[in-house]
Amino acid sequence: MSFINYSSREINCKIVYYGPGLCGKTTNLQFIYTKTNPDLKGKMISLATETERTLFFDFLPLALGQIRGFKTRFHLYTVPGQVFYDASRKLILKGVDGVVFVADSQIERMEANLESIDNLKVNLREQGYELDKIPFVIQYNKRDLPNAAPLDELRRQLNPSGVQDFEASATTGEGVFETLKAVAKTVLSDLKRLSR
Amino acid sequence: MMDTQLVMYEEDFKKILAVIQRLVRDANAKGIFVVDKNGQLIAEAGEVRGIDTTSLASLTAGSIAATGGLAKIIGEDDFPVHFHQGARDNLHITLVGGRIILVVVFDDRSSLGLVRLRVKKAGTEMGKIFEDIQKKAESEAATGTSTSPFAEITDDDIDNLFSE
Ligand SMILES: Nc1nc2c(ncn2[C@@H]2O[C@H](COP(=O)(O)OP(=O)(O)OP(=O)(O)O)[C@@H](O)[C@H]2O)c(=O)[nH]1
Ligand SMILES: [Mg+2]
Repeated sequence: MSFINYSSREINCKIVYYGPGLCGKTTNLQFIYTKTNPDLKGKMISLATETERTLFFDFLPLALGQIRGFKTRFHLYTVPGQVFYDASRKLILKGVDGVVFVADSQIERMEANLESIDNLKVNLREQGYELDKIPFVIQYNKRDLPNAAPLDELRRQLNPSGVQDFEASATTGEGVFETLKAVAKTVLSDLKRLSR
Repeated sequence: MMDTQLVMYEEDFKKILAVIQRLVRDANAKGIFVVDKNGQLIAEAGEVRGIDTTSLASLTAGSIAATGGLAKIIGEDDFPVHFHQGARDNLHITLVGGRIILVVVFDDRSSLGLVRLRVKKAGTEMGKIFEDIQKKAESEAATGTSTSPFAEITDDDIDNLFSE
C-alpha cells in the first residue's frame, strides 16, 4: 500500500520478490544493494537462518529520485521461499504495491515454480488482491546454468498472460536492474492510473 | 477489502507530531516512533539520532505482523501491547486503531508503569487523528476529489527516474 506523505513530500511503495526456495530472491536484493550508490540506499536487513535461507524477510530501502517534487522510495522485500514458511509469506505480502516473481530456470525446479506461483495467487486473493490486477513482472533466474529450461518453455508454463518478463543471472547481476526498473515503472504507472 | 491508500497531509502530520512530542515529555521517553503497519515510518520525536529509523520501522512492522499471526493461531484477535526489556533501553510497542504502531524507547529515567499510563492517553488521541485521516481518504476516493500528485505524472516523468 503506497504511502504518500505531503509533509515530507515522499512517496513510499512496497515491492515483494516472490518465488520458490533457492530461486535467487535474496541474491537479487544483494546485487541491488552492492551496486547502489550509498546515498540512495538504506541498510539491508536479512532475517535468515544459519544456513542463509530467508527465515522471515530481506528488506532493502531504495530512493529512486524525485517525481514532481516528491521523493520516490521503494521498499524491497523478499519472502522465504521454503514451502513451510507460508504463514510468513502471507504477512510479507500485506500492503504490497508490486510483485516480482523470481523463477528458477533449472528444469527440475519447474514444479516448484508452478507451486510457488499458485501459492502467490492464493495468498494475494486472501487479501483481496488479484495477481492479474496488480503490478507484476517475472524474472527467469539462473540462466547461466547448463540445466536451465528453454525460455519459451518457461514462458509457456509460467507466463500464460504475457506480463513483462526478463532473463537473469542474479549472481552476476545480469537482468537484475532491468527487472527492478520494470516493476518500479509499473507500480508508478499504476499509481497514476489509480489516482485519476 | 483492501485498505485505502495512506495519504498524510501537513496538518495531520503536525497533529501527530504534537501528540508524540508531548508523550516524550510526559512519559520521560528517549524516543518515539509512529510506524504504519506496512513498515513505513510516519513520524518520530525525542532523541532519535543514530537510530536507523527505516530499519526500525520495517522490523517493527514485521514483528507486529508475526505476533498478530501468532495471536490468531491461539484464537486472539491481536496482541495490542508489546514490551521488550533490555539491559539499558526498553521498547514499548502498541497497536493503535489496527493500522498504526506506536513505539516508545525508554530507559531507567522512566518506568513501564508510567509509559503504559501515558501511552494509553496518547494512543487514544492518535487513534482519533488516524480515524479522521481515514475518513478523509475514503470521502476523497468516493467523490473522486483526490489530489494525488501522481494523477498528473507522465510516462516521461517515470522514465526520467531511471535515466541515470
Ligand atoms: N548459478 C546461479 N546461482 C544462483 C543465481 N541466483 C542465485 N543463485 C544461488 O542460489 C542459491 C540460493 O539463492 P538465494 O538468493 O539465497 O535464494 P532465495 O530465493 O532467497 O531462497 P530462500 O531464501 O530459501 O527463499 C545461492 O547459493 C545463490 O548463490 C544465478 O543466477 N545463477
Ligand atoms: Mg532468501
